Amino acid sequence: MSAALIAEQVLNGLQSGVMLFLMAAGLTLVFGVMGLINLAHGSLYMVGAFVAASVAAATGSFLLALAAALAGAALAGAVVERVVIRRLYDRDHLDQVLATFALILIFSEGTRWIFGSFPLYLDVPPWLSGPVELPGGILYPRYRLALIGAGLAVAAGLGLLIGRTRTGIRIRAGENDREMIAALGIDIARLYTLVFALGAGLAGLAGALVGTIQSVQVGMGEPVLILAFVTIVIGGIGSIRGALAGALLVGLTDTLGGIVLPRALLLVTDPATAAATGAALASMAIYALMAAILVWRPTGLFGARPA
Amino acid sequence: MMRSARPALFAAAALAALAGTAAAQTKVGMITTLSGGGASLGVDTRDGFMLAIEQAGRDDIEVVIEDDERAPDRAVQIADRMIQSDRVDVLTGIVWSNLAMAVVPSGTAQGKFYLSTNAAPAQLAGRGCHPNYFAVSYQNDNLHEAAGAWANQAGYADTFIMAPNYPAGQDALTGFKRFYEGDLAGEVYTDLGQTDYAAQIAEIRASGADSVFFFLPGGMGISFLKQYADAGVDLPLIGPAFSFDQGILQAIGAAALGIRNTSQWSKDLDNEANRAFVAAFEAEYDRLPSLYAAQGFDTANLLLSALDKADIGDPEAFRAALREADFDSVRGDFTFAPNQHPVQDIYVREVIEEDGVFTNRIVGTAMEDRANAYVDDCTMTQ
Repeated sequence: MSAALIAEQVLNGLQSGVMLFLMAAGLTLVFGVMGLINLAHGSLYMVGAFVAASVAAATGSFLLALAAALAGAALAGAVVERVVIRRLYDRDHLDQVLATFALILIFSEGTRWIFGSFPLYLDVPPWLSGPVELPGGILYPRYRLALIGAGLAVAAGLGLLIGRTRTGIRIRAGENDREMIAALGIDIARLYTLVFALGAGLAGLAGALVGTIQSVQVGMGEPVLILAFVTIVIGGIGSIRGALAGALLVGLTDTLGGIVLPRALLLVTDPATAAATGAALASMAIYALMAAILVWRPTGLFGARPA
Repeated sequence: MMRSARPALFAAAALAALAGTAAAQTKVGMITTLSGGGASLGVDTRDGFMLAIEQAGRDDIEVVIEDDERAPDRAVQIADRMIQSDRVDVLTGIVWSNLAMAVVPSGTAQGKFYLSTNAAPAQLAGRGCHPNYFAVSYQNDNLHEAAGAWANQAGYADTFIMAPNYPAGQDALTGFKRFYEGDLAGEVYTDLGQTDYAAQIAEIRASGADSVFFFLPGGMGISFLKQYADAGVDLPLIGPAFSFDQGILQAIGAAALGIRNTSQWSKDLDNEANRAFVAAFEAEYDRLPSLYAAQGFDTANLLLSALDKADIGDPEAFRAALREADFDSVRGDFTFAPNQHPVQDIYVREVIEEDGVFTNRIVGTAMEDRANAYVDDCTMTQ
């Protein structure tokens, strides 16, 4: 394995990590602030991708498509929060899981009803397509570099929002003590809608950014949702910083595990078996990582005090 | 059960309504995927099948259509209900091999006929073959075998091969290697449902291969092809038709242009039945037919041809009539091998853009009169 290949794979892991962060950030905020398990988060990712594909097809502008994905998913999130989610805050987690699972089905079939059963077209704009040559002679897709940049920029922006603004203070206060901030005269219902819409918007943005190099189709959000849950458990539920650390860890483990394990097995067995077994082990790698981290820190890397 | 107001559905509903009064003599149960990620495949299967039934204009056939949601347990449930309460004579429509494995053996054991519109796993072609089971599509390995044969013809000597890590993926790589004579630059299994192929593309680039064979059906193929084109790797790709089907080509776009893929059918296949089918399908549904639609159409026509010759109440005669395969296949020549899987030509197609629509055209023949590798394993006592 050459150094260039390893460097390229690290970039790949980083890229999948930052996109995972966009998903995980919303999930962890919603759980941290409202105590809600939202299985429909993946549906908002899908909504973002579908909105982006339609806007890109209609206007030809990629940036407009991204903005529309962010706005569309945030709007969908706000509506869902007002209509459904609001009724679930006082229920236990099982009811929440049940209701948000129903939302997945409604979103999926609704999307099919509007857009049909066939995958939509969404592609990298010409100004971001093709590879660039990095130092060391690595050819790397320009779009993936842009994804890393965009993801880190959103992470920084979110850090500022949570850490430095009045809204951020309210969100953090909401995580710590809901009753108290309501008693202090803050409109908690509006805060909840805002947090939910923020998380939804980020998921939608991720859906559009990732959908561009993947397939925009019904059900695209669920595999990502599982990874996002692993991420927030690793990072510590409710922590944005934890979501970032967890996302990068999961991204890198997932990518590098798929490369290293089959090669390692090649030393002890034949190519076909090594390929099959290595792939199987690699797909377990992130769950092994999660288990190991939970043994070491039961509340995750940046989790709050032990429950 | 019925989700969109397509004409064929009205036809199906009309047939079903007719059946109430005119007592249908033949009942067909179609189990296929109409919701979730793989719905486009099932929708095309259904539409192709119903087009043929509608064209036949017979009022003695009733088709019951159910959505399996791509879940084996759901498919089994539906099959049980269709057999026990709907009392169907024939089952058909399953897209996925794992669902077929869950439904077909018990269905045929209960004396029902199963005509496969797509899935045809090795287990059902070899030792698990059954007199009541007919695969009208292909045997699962066929298109991969053809890709290997084509790689030889194209002079590829160092191919990188890749498929998802599940039974059909392992069969794909085995199938490719069956006739491929060159070396392997790499052999990689990806996750089933994987959406990001950056890591594999980097490996391909580093492997020094002269070509890439891949089997990534549906959304996986869309993702891979877009990412491959964007990564600037310019090695030739070869794969089975599943990643280049009419239903998904538009979503891949220009990234697919020029790629060679193997298929036993293509919309430009030059025979009268195919020309009529493509025109009728476009007129009825306002889109181009896919491989799945063609397979559905052929399956229905095979069934109709057998119904013309024999009574379904007489399984021996009906089975013999099916075996004759006396229908005008959209694939041209079509006969059954002893294990009741097709003997047919497998073509190489190239992705082109035609009037602003991405589609395929035939550029060569990879294998002629190919049956399958499991004929000798099948010891049907008939």
